[in-house]
Amino acid sequence: MNALPTRWRLSPDSTLSRAIDGIITSPKAAIGAVVTILLVLVAVFGPWLAPQNPYDLGAIDFFDARLPPLSPSMNGSIYLLGTDGQGRDMLSAMIYGLRTSIAVGLLAGIVALVVGTALGLVAAYVGGRVDALVMRLVDLMLGLPAILVALMLLALLGQGVWKVILALVLVQWAQFARAVRAAALVERNKEYVEAAVSLGLSRPRILFGHMLPNCLPPIIVVGTLQVASAISAEATLSFLGIGLPITEPSLGLLIANGYKVLLSGQYWISVYPGLLLLVLVFSINVVGDRLREVFNPRFLGR
Amino acid sequence: MSGAAEGDDNGKTAVCARTMTVFIIRRLLQSLGVLLATSVIVFLGVFAIGNPADILIAADATQAERQAAIVALGLDRPLVEQYWIFLTNALQGDLGRSFVFNQPAIGLILARLPATLELAFIALLIALIAGIPLGLIAGLKPQSLVDETIMTGSILGFSLPNFWQGMMLIMIFSVWLGWLPAGGRGDTTQFLGVTTSLLNWDGIAHLILPATNLALFNLALVIRLTRTGVREIMPLDFIKFARAKGLTERRIVLVHVLKNIMIPVVTVVGMEFGSIIAFAVVTETIFSWPGIGKLLIDSIMLLDRPVVVSYLLVVVFMFIVINLLVDIAYSLLDPRIRLRDAQ
Repeated sequence: MNALPTRWRLSPDSTLSRAIDGIITSPKAAIGAVVTILLVLVAVFGPWLAPQNPYDLGAIDFFDARLPPLSPSMNGSIYLLGTDGQGRDMLSAMIYGLRTSIAVGLLAGIVALVVGTALGLVAAYVGGRVDALVMRLVDLMLGLPAILVALMLLALLGQGVWKVILALVLVQWAQFARAVRAAALVERNKEYVEAAVSLGLSRPRILFGHMLPNCLPPIIVVGTLQVASAISAEATLSFLGIGLPITEPSLGLLIANGYKVLLSGQYWISVYPGLLLLVLVFSINVVGDRLREVFNPRFLGR
Repeated sequence: MSGAAEGDDNGKTAVCARTMTVFIIRRLLQSLGVLLATSVIVFLGVFAIGNPADILIAADATQAERQAAIVALGLDRPLVEQYWIFLTNALQGDLGRSFVFNQPAIGLILARLPATLELAFIALLIALIAGIPLGLIAGLKPQSLVDETIMTGSILGFSLPNFWQGMMLIMIFSVWLGWLPAGGRGDTTQFLGVTTSLLNWDGIAHLILPATNLALFNLALVIRLTRTGVREIMPLDFIKFARAKGLTERRIVLVHVLKNIMIPVVTVVGMEFGSIIAFAVVTETIFSWPGIGKLLIDSIMLLDRPVVVSYLLVVVFMFIVINLLVDIAYSLLDPRIRLRDAQ
């Protein structure tokens, strides 16, 4: 990267193609990526794929409550994964839960990425007091356990979709800021930045047009792992009853519903949503782990 | 400064002691700052976002009682003054009374703290006892099938949602196999003034599942740390020298490698202890473990705000103390850290 900064090297395409190469060359990561993409597609096209709309009260039948997997329903169709306490088809409820889980995790991850990246870049470029202030905040956030910060916020604010996203962003931006700052500090001293400065380009243009593309590797790695952790954290908070409200059931809330009947042996209400959550988080983590191997780990601030 | 380590030069030792004191004072001040910041956030959260009168006065109070309580609680005074009262009360150990239990909130927290500490401590022990050997095996045979399996297993450990994994433990070991109880703390024994589950079988049986549940995430962490440490140390000269000296591979690994990876592992795990206590919220909820985590969730559900506030302040305080102790211990072991910080 110290060679002449030719146009194609600066473009994000090279980072992206390295990422894709890295994933394809590892069977484990490739499977993880395929599963992740499949699950995202299922979430996007959920309403057309689900056998039933689990939140349409006209479609569910209370007499079908708590049927084990593969039971026939009153109208002759088969509940592949059984039904829950209200007589909802588990498979359909899971598909809708997957939508909520992915949407919340992705949104929180993206907002944290934008906020953290911007702060990290500015801190590295401006330096001095701004840098010291941002890094103090980062140290403070990374010093406290994420679950404690989220608990604190939600205990004080109450539950709700936007509050959960706010809590997740609050615990995650610091990871991005630290990683991006470390990468940007290396980039700042390179010749192309000097060239951009002497050309008289504006500060935002240098930061976001020239340095940002070169800081992409750590952003991609941290982003992947943080989306997985956001999905998992949201599920945990919802399970504890302080996350998403019952009107927006995510996978975590479905599992919580199953917890109440677990001891009476109705395992399917919590086992299948949990398995889906595990497969989702595990697949994303496997991809993120591979990306960390592919890109130089020294950019990750450790 | 390296000469000071030998302790043969009085002047250097004095300088070293001074940097150490400066380091500890700086870290103490930083810790106090974090604690103060937390108290402001918690205060603002309770007293500014919700209506403090609704939160602090029982819902069935009459209008006159309500007015009297507002004056008695000082809620008619300016916010800064209210914060000052909150802070001085907190420093005297008074964090308000629980609405539900009608007892001092701090007393409720302290009464349940030993159960949580015991759970967290056993979880940490499990993570270390199982994690270090697995990490050693993986690190000694990099890229092998064993290594791949252990490392994939550790990603699985990171990915398993803690609460779901706990439910699966209950389902398998309590519901299906019937080997272990599904929840509660079981019988405890008083030993040297400490209530513990470890001295009778019923207590231990109740402890196994929750401790395993809480340990799993840190087990994955310990595996990764140990493996990284082994891979960094194995190519170093002193290992080659030990081999040249004719030491057995077994002795090299169990004495020389292990000794050198213990410092980073113990440090990181020590710092994780605070996270374990925070994560005990999940474990205690699933296994009905009577610790502070379950108390927190119950209190949130019952809108028992003084208990919530006490929990947050007590846990943040514990967390800060743990970090401070780890930092001081580490700076005693590694002089570079205190030098960098003192400058």
